[in-house]
Amino acid sequence: MSAGIDLENVCCDFGTFRAVDNANVSIRPGEFFSFLGPSGCGKTTILRMVSGFIEPTQGVIRIGGEDVRGKRPNQRPTALIFQNLALFPLMPIWENISFGLEVRGVDKATRRKKAEDLLKLVDLPGAADKMVSQLSGGQKQRVAIARALAVEPQVMLLDEPLSALDLKLRQHMRAELRAIQKRTGVTFIYITHDQGEALAMSDRVGVMSQGRIQQIADPREIYNNPVNGFVAGFVGENNVFEGTLGTVAGGMAGFDTAEGPFRARISAEAAGKPVKLYVRPEHTLLSATPGHENSLPVTVTEVSFEGAFISVHAQTEKGKILVAEIRNDGQATVPAMGAKLYALFAPDRAALLPDANVRA
Amino acid sequence: MQDLLRRYGFGLTLAMCLLVAFWLVMLVIVPNITLFEQSFRPYLPVTEVGGPKDVYSFNNYMKVFDGDVERSFLGFTFHIPVHVYTFGLTIFYSMVTTVICFVMAYPLAYFMAKIVNPKSLPTLILLLFIPLWVSEVLRAFAWWIILAFKGPLNALLLGVGLIEDPIRWTNMGYTGVVVGLVYTYVLFMLFPIYNAIQSLDTNQIEAAEDLGAPWWKIHWRIVLPHSKPGIASGSVMVFMLSAGSLLVPSILGSTTSQWFTQTIDQWFKDALDWNTASAYAFLLLLLCTVFVTVAMWLFKVKLSDIAK
Repeated sequence: MSAGIDLENVCCDFGTFRAVDNANVSIRPGEFFSFLGPSGCGKTTILRMVSGFIEPTQGVIRIGGEDVRGKRPNQRPTALIFQNLALFPLMPIWENISFGLEVRGVDKATRRKKAEDLLKLVDLPGAADKMVSQLSGGQKQRVAIARALAVEPQVMLLDEPLSALDLKLRQHMRAELRAIQKRTGVTFIYITHDQGEALAMSDRVGVMSQGRIQQIADPREIYNNPVNGFVAGFVGENNVFEGTLGTVAGGMAGFDTAEGPFRARISAEAAGKPVKLYVRPEHTLLSATPGHENSLPVTVTEVSFEGAFISVHAQTEKGKILVAEIRNDGQATVPAMGAKLYALFAPDRAALLPDANVRA
Repeated sequence: MQDLLRRYGFGLTLAMCLLVAFWLVMLVIVPNITLFEQSFRPYLPVTEVGGPKDVYSFNNYMKVFDGDVERSFLGFTFHIPVHVYTFGLTIFYSMVTTVICFVMAYPLAYFMAKIVNPKSLPTLILLLFIPLWVSEVLRAFAWWIILAFKGPLNALLLGVGLIEDPIRWTNMGYTGVVVGLVYTYVLFMLFPIYNAIQSLDTNQIEAAEDLGAPWWKIHWRIVLPHSKPGIASGSVMVFMLSAGSLLVPSILGSTTSQWFTQTIDQWFKDALDWNTASAYAFLLLLLCTVFVTVAMWLFKVKLSDIAK
């Protein structure tokens, strides 16, 4: 059983500070949805409003179609996994997991059975009688998930639960969380500032900045077609050019910069706003001969071999540093330092984007 | 020790050690040892001290079993040595005081640790401390006035209409004593519990609530177990201080109340029998310690928890 969540024009003010501004999002039942953004962007506030610890200043929150305003966290069908997990250190693992059932008056034998079933589900059998302090970080993580699943929530809310783990474990737990979500079919709302995490795990991602949701889309769309400069910058690297917009026709536009004229994609919404040109490093090519458009002479100033790819810094004639990433397919030639080359990019791989959507 | 020498030099280190040693030996150990030794010797005229009658015995300690009185409780009539009876009541009403202090301090400690705006906390603590600036004697007398027959408490209750006739609070057994002891020692309960609750991760309270726990369940399963060491150390302090208090029972006691410390005091000052008085004082110390140890064992509290 899982429920969808709808936020309609939700705002949240702390004094004069607006933490969340006019959030509208409709999360589908059974979806893995991530809120991605830098710290202080309001993503945790959204999570706490859904779980019931904060009431929105304006707007409506619906869980499974039902307006939950005024309901306390213990009356909502949500389960929150805290950043520090907040396991109960004075109870053994099985009591931790079955705490939500104890509260609901379930008898001890049933609770114990349920706790052991859940420990199997999270791949931690035999830990029932251990204490929290005896477990490792990854194991605690699993216990926290099991404890939240025990109350059979319709929505699971996760507040950066992997941030305290080391890299290897984090990558392992990503796959694990994803698998548990698919197995249980519960709606997951996941909060993170790690774009890799959000893109790898989610069905859809909502990117946030300064209290506003900038873009809601599936991970590929977010990376390939960011709606603005903030999203483009937050989910990846870019070479950015400033300049003035020329004529717009058929989704493409001319753009005059100090480095010369370029042509790039532009969306209908972006036309008319001040825009900048964004090109991903992996779409920036280096060539010995100039192309017929979007091409500029550069000098290689730094080459770093990263294994799977080669990152090249190249300086334009005006002194601007561009970054190009060459995939290492085993035969790729590494440009020499000081080599005079041309940087090229395809017009449909470059985008003209407005700045972040923020309050004036 | 070497660290101390390196940091302060020989002279200063020696001075500090000597001062501590003086305090410990002359002000703590010697007086207690003297009384302890005296408590085993009979009370004799000066001329016979050191004479053939001056031998060690447990006679002074056995005096608590002298002088049976008849008491009745719940319809049972029984005979009990008067000092044992006094001691039992002292323990009992010290427990009552401890329980009342806990009931009053726990909600306030929780409020201070988790609910109140941290900005107004210093003001709140100051308000709690101001009464402590007044001497204990004055505070006890203040309660004596408040509880008086024509005092403000009766006036208030009459005014509100809760009672029809004024009540003789200070002549109702141990009522005055318990009120005074609670007022005097409640802060000794408050601060250990406050410290304990403050160290509880607020996320745990929220996690319990998120899992559906009602407020009393959160307290019973999360906050209370976490604050157990604080409750234990607060309870030990309030209990020991109450049982050992002389001033409050002397001022706020009624004609029917007798505190064990008052008995000791009477042996010292009225009977001038320091030997028996010392024996009684050590009995009080010993039995209270045993009582606290048993209570700690019952509530599964370790000494190391309290020391935290």
